[in-house]
Amino acid sequence: MTQVAAHQQVAAADAPPTRRRLDRDDLLMRGGICLLIGWLGITLILPLWWLLSKSFQNQNGDFVGLANYIQYFSTPALFASVWNSLFIAFLSTAIVLPLAFVYAYALQRSCMRWKGLFQALALIPILAPSLLPAISLIYLFGNQGFLKEWMFGVNIYGPVGIVISQVFYCFPHALMILLAALSMADSRLYEAADALGASKTRVFFTVTLPGAKYGVISAGFVIFTLVITDFGIAKVIGGRFNVLATDIFKQVIGQQNFEMGAVVGFVLLIPAVVAFLADRIIQGKQVALLSARAVPLIPKPERSRDNWLFVFCAVVGSLIFVLLAMAVWASFVTRWPYNLALTLKNYNFGDFDTNGWSAYYNSVEMAAWTAVIGTVVVFVGAHLLEKTRGFAAGRALAQFMAMLPMAVPGLVLGLAYIFFFNARGNPLGFIYATMAILVVNSVTHFYTVSHLTATTALKQLDHEFEAVSASLKVSLLRTMMRVSMPVCLPAVLDVSIYLFVNAMTTVSAVIFLYSTDTKLAAVTIINMDESGFTAAAAAMAVAIVATSASVKIAHLLITRGLERKTQAWRQR
Amino acid sequence: MQDSASTPATPPYLRIERLKKQFGNFWALKEVSLEIFPGEFVCFLGPSGCGKTTLLRAIAGLDIQTSGRIYQADKEISTLPASQRDFGIVFQSYALFPNLTVSDNVGYGLVSRRMPKVEIATRVADLLRLVGMPDAGPKYPAQLSGGMQQRVALARALALSPGLLLLDEPLSALDARVRAYLRLEIRHLHKRLGVTTIMVTHDQEEALTMADRIVVMNQGVIEQVGTPLQVYREPGSAFVADFVGKTNLLPGVVVRPGLVRYGAMDLSCDLDIKPGPGSDVTLAIRPEDVVVRNVDASAENTFAVRVAEMEFLGSFCRVGLSINGAKPALLADFSINTVRDLAITEGMDMLVGLPSERIRVFPGAPKLP
Repeated sequence: MTQVAAHQQVAAADAPPTRRRLDRDDLLMRGGICLLIGWLGITLILPLWWLLSKSFQNQNGDFVGLANYIQYFSTPALFASVWNSLFIAFLSTAIVLPLAFVYAYALQRSCMRWKGLFQALALIPILAPSLLPAISLIYLFGNQGFLKEWMFGVNIYGPVGIVISQVFYCFPHALMILLAALSMADSRLYEAADALGASKTRVFFTVTLPGAKYGVISAGFVIFTLVITDFGIAKVIGGRFNVLATDIFKQVIGQQNFEMGAVVGFVLLIPAVVAFLADRIIQGKQVALLSARAVPLIPKPERSRDNWLFVFCAVVGSLIFVLLAMAVWASFVTRWPYNLALTLKNYNFGDFDTNGWSAYYNSVEMAAWTAVIGTVVVFVGAHLLEKTRGFAAGRALAQFMAMLPMAVPGLVLGLAYIFFFNARGNPLGFIYATMAILVVNSVTHFYTVSHLTATTALKQLDHEFEAVSASLKVSLLRTMMRVSMPVCLPAVLDVSIYLFVNAMTTVSAVIFLYSTDTKLAAVTIINMDESGFTAAAAAMAVAIVATSASVKIAHLLITRGLERKTQAWRQR
Repeated sequence: MQDSASTPATPPYLRIERLKKQFGNFWALKEVSLEIFPGEFVCFLGPSGCGKTTLLRAIAGLDIQTSGRIYQADKEISTLPASQRDFGIVFQSYALFPNLTVSDNVGYGLVSRRMPKVEIATRVADLLRLVGMPDAGPKYPAQLSGGMQQRVALARALALSPGLLLLDEPLSALDARVRAYLRLEIRHLHKRLGVTTIMVTHDQEEALTMADRIVVMNQGVIEQVGTPLQVYREPGSAFVADFVGKTNLLPGVVVRPGLVRYGAMDLSCDLDIKPGPGSDVTLAIRPEDVVVRNVDASAENTFAVRVAEMEFLGSFCRVGLSINGAKPALLADFSINTVRDLAITEGMDMLVGLPSERIRVFPGAPKLP
């Protein structure tokens, strides 16, 4: 046997391994992956590279080494923002995480009433731009807020306002992850714990929490990243409290100091990348806790627990409702707080901003293009990465590039786009200041989550479809169109809606990239708020929420219709 | 290892030469050579990880071998992609397209051939009738039972009339009853169509009942190739003896050609013993070959045992026999008739015989399980 093994090793060392000849499908798919790498290279890697090199240059474009960084870290006014940003991010995470966990626990593991209502209510903020809670807070506790005295003299403009708004803004994002983490449990574990006489507290800490551990960690990182990279909230309600995101804006737009803007951009990139990497590493250690034989846990009624959780959800839900309703109400009020008569004049956006309603239509157009183009790129890309045989190096590179956007804050990406597409001699420069650059930017910014959704859906297909196609001499392209895409249609819709809603509400990714012709609704909110037209800003925020919500409802109806239509083959 | 079942004069339909496959540091196939003749039904049999599926996927071109050559119908196909080879394939998971009807699944490969619609419909109807599901056409796979889905997969694999049919554990996902039934159906289908067929299975019963020839594999090598009867009656190695059917594997030492010492006894064996005197060997004898009726104490290979334990298995009893009061060392299958006639009960002492022509001897001591 050892002789045989030795002989084989010699043979292996001598002859190169047999290579399969490539057929048309192989060439097509490898070509496709190269195109994907090219696309992500142009829309992500090159702009970031330009940003990095810009941070090492002076205003004349000469290389100055670390001079900008030295200046940044030796200017206390600038450096203080690092601590401010970290402080806000940690505090917001510490508040949202337990709140969202209990809320998710109540929705998944209790028998309280009105679960559907509470879930819908808590998820609505995801349809709103981050600016909305900040505007509501200003109406409630601002200089003219009618609950101002509740603040006991604490100024809402500053860290307090930022943290409250961030909590509202991040809550649904954390809730979605925790709902998923708590959705599945093996009831046999709970029965075993019961049989062994473990107390409820002990069961919670030894069964429930460990089961949801990875969801909690992931939610924590998501909140942290959202807060530290968010720009709109700090801009609207931050007052004199500087954070990294507003610093970039001030350096670039206020002082036209692009080089320092690039430095701050890279400083902002660090915590986002660290959080991203930490999350990937920890998630990589996750093993499936639920075997296929698990018996799903169905919560049993328990009077006092259910009542307490109901009270908790009612309180949290009311706060969310109040912040939402405040913005809606304010958008219809004639002149806060003197004339509370209802009016539609705040929706005459032309009176407050030169772009008027056209900004809103720009946003819808941009979101629609992002949804269409993004869904096609993401699904074709994910399909190529999942189904291509061999070509490991190309696939790994494309996979890495697809994961990267998650770690890049929108502001940083936007800034990088200015540098790259505006660079002298860039043949792609013609898309600068057009709708196209906004769409490309949004597709790239929201690429990772879409890619992961598409990949998850594609992984659920039988792995042998491609083998069967090959044996039947049917091209993989045809199988993709005829089988993979129709079966994944619900995920395709999910991705397109995700892209639409995010493109509709985002501020940070596009604040540097709009032109007078392509100004967007979310950007107008900031402009109108700056000009003192807070009611109009609230009205625009409400218009965005209403649009996102309508699209979301349409999506739900279409998905339900599809399910009914395809019931015959979907049932298992 | 040529056998009499196939006529040696016909050239092989599929020829595999010195095939090797490496995954990282692991050799899944260690120089495998094999010939398969036209119209044969061949089973690759072995425990999981033995390389049987790797070999099948190499034949299909789904996972290319590291080295070695494959010829199909006198044409070298070693490096061809799957799409340019001639085979139909059925997987354990059925791999039916869930959003297409049974008809569309079966006709999937025909549509790309630009066949007229009428012809496709006729062909699909013929195929569905062939697998005994003439009315299933408009249904979706999810509306069918596992056994029915596998028939549809079979019809789809046969649609392009491939020269080679590959079945990758096609019955493993089905319950015992359906499995036994479909086993027979596939056999009949093969007889009717005469398509050269390779089936991968880990189930020895499946291989024994279905195959013309069985290829027993273990740890990336072929242990034995032969008809079911050959593999069962004349296992080529201790592994085959143990993997196919139930076997007693006993440690022995060669005394001289034809005589092996087992414990304190000398057992004579009719078969040639290759290892020289003094070498460790493994004796293999099947439980049903242990004789208990009309045993003559003075005859060779006869010794006294005690019935240590009895396991009732329906039509027969599996009896653990101890020699010299030690733990049960030898299993014997006695028919219920025998048990009744000889009034065999636990604790009973009796004489048993091991027919010398039924004992097989393999080099090396038995491996501990």
